Amino acid sequence: MRRFSLIAVPYFWLLVLFLVPFIIVFKISLSDTALAIPPYTPTLDVSTGWEGIRNFFAQLDWENFTFLTTDDLYWKAYLSSFRIAAISTLLTLLIGYPIAYAMAQSPDEWRPTLMMLVILPFWTSFLIRVYSWMGILSNEGFLNQFLLWTGLISEPLQILNTNKAVYIGIIYTYLPFMILPIYSALEKLDASLLEAAEDLGCSRITAFWLVTIPLSKQGIIAGSFLVFIPALGEFVIPSLLGGSKTLMIGKVLWEEFFSNRDWPVASAVAVILLLILIIPIVLFQRNEQKQREAEGQ
Amino acid sequence: MKFRLLSAAATLALVAGMAQAEEVRVYNWSDYIDEGLLAKFEEETGLKLIYDVFDSNEVLETKMLAGGSGYDVVVPSGTFLQRQITAGAFQKLDMSKLSNHGNMWDAIEARTAKYDPDNAHSINYMWGTTGIGINVGKVKEALGDDAPIGSLALVFDPANMEKLAACGVHILDAPAEIIPAALAYIGEDPDSHDPEVIAKVEPILTAIAPHVQKFHSSEYINALANGDICVAIGWSGDILQARDRAAEAENGVEIAYNAPSEGALMWFDQMAIPVDAPNPEAAHKFLNFIMEAGNMAAASNYVYYANGNLASQPMLAEDVIGDPAIYPNEETLKNLYTTTPYPVKVQRTVTRLWTKIKSGI
Repeated sequence: MRRFSLIAVPYFWLLVLFLVPFIIVFKISLSDTALAIPPYTPTLDVSTGWEGIRNFFAQLDWENFTFLTTDDLYWKAYLSSFRIAAISTLLTLLIGYPIAYAMAQSPDEWRPTLMMLVILPFWTSFLIRVYSWMGILSNEGFLNQFLLWTGLISEPLQILNTNKAVYIGIIYTYLPFMILPIYSALEKLDASLLEAAEDLGCSRITAFWLVTIPLSKQGIIAGSFLVFIPALGEFVIPSLLGGSKTLMIGKVLWEEFFSNRDWPVASAVAVILLLILIIPIVLFQRNEQKQREAEGQ
Repeated sequence: MKFRLLSAAATLALVAGMAQAEEVRVYNWSDYIDEGLLAKFEEETGLKLIYDVFDSNEVLETKMLAGGSGYDVVVPSGTFLQRQITAGAFQKLDMSKLSNHGNMWDAIEARTAKYDPDNAHSINYMWGTTGIGINVGKVKEALGDDAPIGSLALVFDPANMEKLAACGVHILDAPAEIIPAALAYIGEDPDSHDPEVIAKVEPILTAIAPHVQKFHSSEYINALANGDICVAIGWSGDILQARDRAAEAENGVEIAYNAPSEGALMWFDQMAIPVDAPNPEAAHKFLNFIMEAGNMAAASNYVYYANGNLASQPMLAEDVIGDPAIYPNEETLKNLYTTTPYPVKVQRTVTRLWTKIKSGI
């Protein structure tokens, strides 16, 4: 019984917070647009009993999914989002790992303070932080004025409204999500393993590659997923910092919802996005489970 | 102990006050009112006013079509209003509660009736034109003293845009405004709903798109005022606000607005009450408050847009009523055009064309 309730809680969680919203979106993706409130048809009318429910299901179709294949905009947007998310994740890892490593190496009494510094930006609204990047990166912004002042450049750099700004925004925003899991993996690392490696003739650098990196693999994987998954569907950062040419699936979704008022097609785009995300999520889960089993033995 | 009692009493009073104060929720465009009016409304009516802002018709429309937005007063533009009325999103106004309705300007009401027959669902808040704002110094620097600042050629001629790209050009992210402008530029009917005619703007807009820094519907106010960009296709009052912000900041930026000589889009922002407004009674009070001549004049004096309120005109500042960019003279008025909403199929073509123009895909 105890075992059952242990399993039931996360599954109930998954059902309420994931499956139910997904079914609602999936249902809309099989509908047609209409100029009404809400702007799609059919809507489920339970009052007419079985007849109404049967009617409702008869009107659903896959048309919106086939529509997505007729225009290369959609797969290009998925691909471009995927590329932006992958590159951002890699860069976040390259920046986040040394920070997490330095935190884990620092004296015990410093660690809470360093941890605080990583978390502190969350005290300010995400939107305000992205907006301040607009002030920093714009043509007349702090960065350009500083660089002009030092004489390193003679013309302001065009960073805002390009993909560069999107990368900066994503890396900045998600860096803590990369640092924290890596830090927690590195913190647990047994220093005697490194000593043993060095005793057995490893240089410090080889020991880092052969001992530290593999033992922090869990943190790297967790951090990468925590960055990659939200970055793939990111909308706010590309729309504020990116230019018109920044193509991301979040923006395409926005356009379907808001400009075309086509909720069914927008929902179809969202369903596909979710299916794309499910693959890495399942891989991630499997990896976690394997690790747990290995530890259990 | 005494202190504790006092604070408990204060908390109670606060809670009681909160329970009593009726709320009215207004959803208006950003940078679109003299904030002093909001406090004045609360003072006069004793209602608690919750004032939120948006910066695109699409965002408002999605909320309206989803239903249950929780707003009592919203401000869609003409074509959007028309579509939302068809969808059944707005309730008819109760004229008996709008004692100030006589202040409205018949010349404007005649035009807005095109979107809202008999003006049964809405009152005009502001109206204006879509035109070109420039940073005078930077544009002259890029194109010389004879730059075609009064013409759409400034933006739609790639030769000009190549030179302007370095100092920055923003264009409204609103296909329903920019496509008509491009049609007017090539001498077609700006209100055309024929996909073949609309397709003619593609080569023109694709040619200039690489030189556009951003398609956005509100950032250009600040960007123009700061000197970050030198040209924007935008809404008249927004550009005039940028002009004033630059003048206040004394940063040496001089902004000017022109309604293009090829014709300019005339638009109307209409206040309406959603069909499911939680407090329609208070919504009518808000509309009536806005229609009071003095209040409407204060709003226009602040945001630099013309309003549909005839009685407010004597109270308008000279740089509002006297500025032909805000209150166009007869001749310019003839040169203004209005548009109607695209049918669903055409809308999809338009959005797709717009994405293609912006992203090249």
